Amino acid sequence: MTAATPARRFLAGDLAPAATGLGCVVLFFIVLETLIRTGVISEYIVPPPSEVVASFGRVVMEEHIIRRFFLTIGECLTTGVMITVFGVVGGVLLYHYRILRLAVETWVAALAAAPVVLAYPLFMVIFGRNAWTIIMIGFVAALSPVILKTVEGLAGTRKVLIDVGRSFNLSASQQFFKIMLPAALPTIFTGIRLGLIFALINIVGVEFLINYGGLGQLINDLAERYDLPGTYAAICFVILVSVVFFMTLERIERWLRPTN
Amino acid sequence: MDNPILVADKLGVRFETAEGPVMAVDDVSFSVRQGEFLSIIGPSGCGKSTVFNVIGGLLSQHEGTVRVAGELIDGPHRSIGMVFQEESTFPWRNVTDNVAFPLELTGMPKQNRTERARHFIKMVGLDGFEKRFPGELSGGMRQRVSLARTLASEPKILLMDEPFAALDEQTRLLLGDKVLQIQQQLKQTTLLITHNITEAVQMSDRILVMTYRPGRVKRIVNIDLPRPRTSDIVGSEAFGRYVAQIWADLREEASRGMRDEEDHMLHEAAP
Repeated sequence: MTAATPARRFLAGDLAPAATGLGCVVLFFIVLETLIRTGVISEYIVPPPSEVVASFGRVVMEEHIIRRFFLTIGECLTTGVMITVFGVVGGVLLYHYRILRLAVETWVAALAAAPVVLAYPLFMVIFGRNAWTIIMIGFVAALSPVILKTVEGLAGTRKVLIDVGRSFNLSASQQFFKIMLPAALPTIFTGIRLGLIFALINIVGVEFLINYGGLGQLINDLAERYDLPGTYAAICFVILVSVVFFMTLERIERWLRPTN
Repeated sequence: MDNPILVADKLGVRFETAEGPVMAVDDVSFSVRQGEFLSIIGPSGCGKSTVFNVIGGLLSQHEGTVRVAGELIDGPHRSIGMVFQEESTFPWRNVTDNVAFPLELTGMPKQNRTERARHFIKMVGLDGFEKRFPGELSGGMRQRVSLARTLASEPKILLMDEPFAALDEQTRLLLGDKVLQIQQQLKQTTLLITHNITEAVQMSDRILVMTYRPGRVKRIVNIDLPRPRTSDIVGSEAFGRYVAQIWADLREEASRGMRDEEDHMLHEAAP
């Protein structure tokens, strides 16, 4: 048997997928830079990646990106708390009252697919041009997955676990808090994670549309100044924030599910 | 029988199905002495698990009565501890917290219940795994956690529904040893529902053989094998005789069940 080469050992290791992903991104930017520099793609539409990278420092320093970042994240977290409270309570109600579930479950599912962001003028009339408009649009857009996943998690509790609870003569509230809710928690958390992702997308989108708040407004500002490298740098920053946000949620989910 | 701890009298269960009512269990009566190990054996579909649910109080719609130490049981009762066929540990709790679950319900302080849980964890041979979660354990180990959790509630009667059905034969024999050892150590009254003749003969003082649908008592066999027992007993001549005797009783019922199932499938497939 021949010894594995260092390259093979690396490819078989944990770093290989991440390195491959990063390599693909770098390759994409090299190809893009070449196409722009050779005039295949107009630099008045897409700035060269090298200029976007160079403008990062300027955008961070001059455009107060950290303050804007915390503003957007603050709106996301407020929305997160709201969708968790109202979504879980709503899901529990829908699970317990079958008639209610049959009546509104389809609507709730339809709401998840609806482009709520288009209703921003209505929200502005109700809440004004402030953070609450952004938070409420994020809330409405992100509530459905939490409700639906809460119903799914509770309905999916294995019958034998409920029977164990019954065999120990648990009261209805003990049955719910000691068995059904913990059993449903992984599914509920998947709903919260999906909801927070919906919230982030909608919050940045509404900030852009109403030109108010954090990162979304920054993209709007830079685009209106026709600062293309800055605009793309800000978009890259939003994508980076989304990735970090998603990874953090995954970590929290894994911590909450120690058995996995 | 003198002072039985459990008396089931004329149990009957009827289920409504699309093809009309089905009598699953009919006129089943038996009693269990303090410290006795009784197994209920029968072919698939004979209503063994229905009897388990009636005695455990999980099935309220039935005929007849169940009494524990003279007290009429009409629902789940603290005197009866149940171990289920399906894997039933709580995946969000580690081994200690799983076993301590019934103690937590009594309001016992955390330190006391942890110590008490450790006692039962050791009894089922899982010491060293206290902090592990069910997802990190094998199927046999998880069933032992379920057993320890039920024992921690200190029931008067341990009621088990084919607890080793999903395990391989070797693990099943070894776990049978463990259950026997615990039963003999605690003098625990035990009622085992099973379809496995070897398992029933290995562990029981008496075996109740049920008929195929409707499930009735066909015969009760006394197992006069020496105690304490281990799985070594499966090689003895007397053991073989009991297995043959019970199989002779079961064979007719199992064949009837198989024929019934085939007829049912043919009937369903007919245009």
